[in-house]
Amino acid sequence: MKTSILPFGPQHPVLPEPIHLSLTIENETVLEARPALGYVHRGLENLVAARDMHQMVQVVERVCGICSMIHAMCYCQALEEMLDIQAPPRAEYLRVIWSELHRIHSHLLWLGLFADAMGFESLFMQLWKIRERVMDINEATAGNRVIVSVNVVGGVRRDIDEDQVAMIEKELVTVEREVKQLSLTLLTDFTVKKRTKGKGVLTREQALELGAAGPTLRGSGVAQDMRQLGYAAFKDLDFEPVVETGGDSWARAAVRFKETLQSVDLVRQALAGLPQGDLAVKAKGKPEGEATARVEQPRGEVLYYIKANGTKHLDRLRIRTPTFANIPPLTVMLPGLELADVPVVVLSIDPCISCTER
Amino acid sequence: MSFIATPVTANNLCKDAQALKARGFRFVTMTCVETGPGEFDLIYHFDKDLDMVHWRLAATDREASPSLSTVYLAAFLAENEIQDQFGLRFADLAIDYQGKLYLDEEAGATPFCRFSRASITQTDSGGDTEGGQ
Amino acid sequence: MLGKLLNLGQRKSPWLLHFDCGSCNGCDIETLACLTPLYDVERFGIINVGNPKHADLLVVTGTVNHRNAKVLRKLYEQMPEPRLVLAVGACGCSGGVFRDASNVVGGVDKVIPVDVYVPGCPARPEAIIDGVVAGLAKLGPDNGQGGQS
Repeated sequence: MKTSILPFGPQHPVLPEPIHLSLTIENETVLEARPALGYVHRGLENLVAARDMHQMVQVVERVCGICSMIHAMCYCQALEEMLDIQAPPRAEYLRVIWSELHRIHSHLLWLGLFADAMGFESLFMQLWKIRERVMDINEATAGNRVIVSVNVVGGVRRDIDEDQVAMIEKELVTVEREVKQLSLTLLTDFTVKKRTKGKGVLTREQALELGAAGPTLRGSGVAQDMRQLGYAAFKDLDFEPVVETGGDSWARAAVRFKETLQSVDLVRQALAGLPQGDLAVKAKGKPEGEATARVEQPRGEVLYYIKANGTKHLDRLRIRTPTFANIPPLTVMLPGLELADVPVVVLSIDPCISCTER
Repeated sequence: MSFIATPVTANNLCKDAQALKARGFRFVTMTCVETGPGEFDLIYHFDKDLDMVHWRLAATDREASPSLSTVYLAAFLAENEIQDQFGLRFADLAIDYQGKLYLDEEAGATPFCRFSRASITQTDSGGDTEGGQ
Repeated sequence: MLGKLLNLGQRKSPWLLHFDCGSCNGCDIETLACLTPLYDVERFGIINVGNPKHADLLVVTGTVNHRNAKVLRKLYEQMPEPRLVLAVGACGCSGGVFRDASNVVGGVDKVIPVDVYVPGCPARPEAIIDGVVAGLAKLGPDNGQGGQS
């Protein structure tokens, strides 16, 4: 049988972002998948030469609009470590609140897109309807829906007052109830199972060998979550990494679904324990040396490496984003699949191309 | 949590990485830092149970560095990225995009190298040393 | 007669094609949010399509780099005339925060002609809808045929 090569992307209805895959297929079966990147590459790590270390906070927020706050938090943590300063407790709790709100909206966004990829339009609409409540919280507390821009080196810029705490708690009750209502459909529906169970399997060994991160890693049975490092206020909060053992698309979806509810719980814990005090400490001095910081994004572990030379401009900034780590596993998941399952499995790693290419 | 990177040599890189892999370490990523004209540091990051290990390998653009993708396949993406941005070469790269992973011909080569092109105006003004490409 | 009908169809039910040109996703998710229940532009007959040959309106988010400029030009050329181009967000308008980055060419107008610029970082869904309405005015005056939109 002759094989043929089918281009998938860069402009594809199922993908909001451009990524290109060269699929070698025989009949309907995928034999090999080779990613081609570069459609979103901007080279923003290089902007450290043009922007000083405080201005870079605004740049790293725009590595990815969906998890912008978490990128900035990671960058600030790396610099804080280098400058030997500690964000005040209230700032650490506020960072947890905003980062978990980002996780909720990112997971709901992804679950919606995932449903859309399967052709389950009404589920997509339902999930995005719930997500708008989280966007409202973001807008009410930070002034912007998507890029909240709350981090500065040394703490946060904005505060959440009593009224807003009450508002968040009220909205989260609705979010939790509505998400739980959808659990029956999302996790047990016949169509959903048919499209996801046993599709795009990544075993535990493969996941570790190929360096998978986040829900892709946890969906393959590895209990690793960077929040266990205890950065920000996570050291005081109570949670366990969500793990599924199937390693297939369904397992990855289940991890994200359960993490959505877990994040609702974490926001509640953080709101309950929110200490009084300052929002930020002054970031004095010029950093020198090297540092790394890791945090857990909705898509997995993100690593920031910073090298500074004692001036206000950093020497080198390197961002390793979770999707960058999840693309090699994708090349293992796709072979053997039918062509019709490719979009769903590609989506199951929650690809964020603007993160990957920066 | 200070940053310590253990030096490794090009000859031992793959052998040491095999040993690390056998101990259950996961490849996180690798970083390239330009330290001088044509001189680079390659920093490898590994992780096991939330503990990180960093390695540092000195490299130049005159000769090819050994590729970690022969041990950890996942390294191919990071190594291709470094080929694009810094013009380094890796021997035995598992999937080689030939410096065209991100960049098209019009973009110009090695956009992340500062010393080679900006050595004349190497000041701390942080001016437009890049972006003109 | 047929031209009039097509023009009416375009103005009353424009179909849009969305292309992410190197955006940070912020504007993309806001463009998608326009289609979901809170903003729901489908009630105005606006449909998101995946095929450039079906589209009246090209919504471009993000900065242009050398590689995606070719894709963008190709998509634009495949669209039937008359066509509208919306540059959404600060990056699409001018390059935004990434203006100085090494692999960035600039705003969308460096590659294809742009009809409407929607500012914001990211542009709010209301602003995007407003931009679409402003673009439709370019296709001809709304002379009351077929009721108010």
